Amino acid sequence: MAENNTLLDVKNLKMHFPFGGGFLGGKKGNIYAVDGIDFQLKKGETLGLVGESGCGKSTTARAVAQLHRPTSGEVILNGKDLTKLKDKELIAARKGMQMVFQDPYASLNPRMTSGDIIAEPMRIFNTHGILHMSKQEMDERIEQLMERVGLSRFFKNRFPHEFSGGQRQRIGIARALALRPELILCDEAVSALDVSIQAQILNLFKDLQEEFGLTYLFIAHDLAVIEYISTRVAVMYLGIIAELSGSADLYRNPLHPYTQALLSAAPIPDPKVEKTRKRIILTGDVPSPDKARHCCYFYDRCWKRMDKCLERKPKLVEVEPGHQVACFLYHDESV
Amino acid sequence: MEMTEAPILQVKDLRTYFSTDEGLVKAVDGVSFNLRKGETLGIVGESGSGKSVTNLSVINMIPSPPGRIAGGEILYHGKDLLKMSKSEIRQIRGNKISMIFQDPMTSLNPFLRISTQMIETIVLHQKLDKKAAKEKAIEMLKLAGIPSPGKRIDNYPHQFSGGMRQRVMIAMALSCNPEILIADEPTSALDVTIQAQILDLMKDLTERLGTAVILITHSLGVVAGTCDTLCVMYAGRIVERGPTDLVFESPLHPYTQGLIKSVPRLDRKGGGRLSSIRGQPPNVIDLPDCCPFYPRCDKAMDICKHKYPTPKVFEHGRVVGCWLYSEEK
Repeated sequence: MAENNTLLDVKNLKMHFPFGGGFLGGKKGNIYAVDGIDFQLKKGETLGLVGESGCGKSTTARAVAQLHRPTSGEVILNGKDLTKLKDKELIAARKGMQMVFQDPYASLNPRMTSGDIIAEPMRIFNTHGILHMSKQEMDERIEQLMERVGLSRFFKNRFPHEFSGGQRQRIGIARALALRPELILCDEAVSALDVSIQAQILNLFKDLQEEFGLTYLFIAHDLAVIEYISTRVAVMYLGIIAELSGSADLYRNPLHPYTQALLSAAPIPDPKVEKTRKRIILTGDVPSPDKARHCCYFYDRCWKRMDKCLERKPKLVEVEPGHQVACFLYHDESV
Repeated sequence: MEMTEAPILQVKDLRTYFSTDEGLVKAVDGVSFNLRKGETLGIVGESGSGKSVTNLSVINMIPSPPGRIAGGEILYHGKDLLKMSKSEIRQIRGNKISMIFQDPMTSLNPFLRISTQMIETIVLHQKLDKKAAKEKAIEMLKLAGIPSPGKRIDNYPHQFSGGMRQRVMIAMALSCNPEILIADEPTSALDVTIQAQILDLMKDLTERLGTAVILITHSLGVVAGTCDTLCVMYAGRIVERGPTDLVFESPLHPYTQGLIKSVPRLDRKGGGRLSSIRGQPPNVIDLPDCCPFYPRCDKAMDICKHKYPTPKVFEHGRVVGCWLYSEEK
């Protein structure tokens, strides 16, 4: 049962970007943006990816969508390993997977009307002979989608600059829904929006999930947003998953020292709570992911570090039912 | 405790307008607040609500044209900053009132060493020679938690990380012992763990030096943890003002109520739906004299469409601009 319930299975995914030595210089090193992560997505659930800038959240989403071809590892969507597919097959496979991006200003073509923007995925799949939709069918679907995401159908001839940020994000969502995908990758989809609009869009995501049975990989740096939207949460640090568990469990019982620090640093909008809270203030910055590491990735900033953390890399292991953590405080398995 | 003291900064009915091709933008339209010694005042609001323009007006940095300060007074120790000459303002700006901006990359000059930039400010305002100024700069960097400041001071901005750059900005802003520090979204570009470090540092340093802070942010969480007094702005006006604890405990204005409810909270049990404010923030171009929030307000009445409410003063210094509480109708 568990097998056919899995929509996406990511196995030991690595995404390294080589950087060169400049003029006539050869390869100098790698940015280890994503350095071996495993996770599964079940149908209808939301997996939240959370972490600080540069931890590899967006790269993970892009590697899943094959916008970057991964260095190694497998991305199995509906039983097909996307990393092994050739261009034609990949396009067909991508029909089940769409993205919503962070910046509603940069992700919509300013010269296209909102109707054309929403129609574009359908048009592309028509050209490739994967879909066979008539003009009328497409128009109908555009109008349905616009109404569904809370835009009037009369706006379909307007250009992006005529919409506010929240409305633009709705256009982006309608575009993602146009091909009736199963999986939507949301890369910081609400981060650029104001609080009151952010709440509207979060609720829209939840409603759409119920209505269409969508599965989300939801990336955000805001912990409260992730907690609200996700069924399970993966905390990333320097290209690996430090902890993965059910959303409620993670927030009640964080195990990894990094998760503990992250949660304690997130401000809570209540002065009474803020005054009595104890913060774990981490020292230093996130190190640059430009070298291969053989120790625990969090070693430099961890206040519970032990000698063995410097010698081996902890593995992501299930220590409680449904709660995985990569830390030697809870187990002794290394990669 | 120090509430009886006279405020060091009084903003009275400030109006800052921008003329654009599309019409008159009333970015700030009748904003009043007081700032006392050592107080931390938070200004929250969504994009375009006039938070930054309010504070740029205070330090007289509104680009003119298209902007102009159309009315009001900004009293610094009783003297109106708006009536001062440019050279008088320069004596105060950067010296008595200094600023930190959101993006530490664009607010430092990438071509100059940190030392050059810091010494320039200190020499200009404190009448110290270069050597003494450098010592002072190193001392400030040390206070701001920069490791080995003696060496790091000769680095260029790109050699620092985002959090470190913001520390440099704080050190620079506080180097002349200002009475007022205006921090415009100082942590919005930073990660949560770094944000916690920087907020901690600001709190610690300003408490030690007795600096009053105006903190502009869109994050209610940041305000809750740091500010004594809170102003909530919407479409160029302060719709609610009062002690932070009270405003969070019992928000009076429907916008404040909606705003607090629409933020997802880590410490609350999930499951329920997030309540949101319907509609879009208003376009502030040629806004009529109505309550700008009425199209999105659940409690809107007929009068809200015709006239802006006169602010009603409550106890504990709370002020609310809403017809629900206003007596004269």
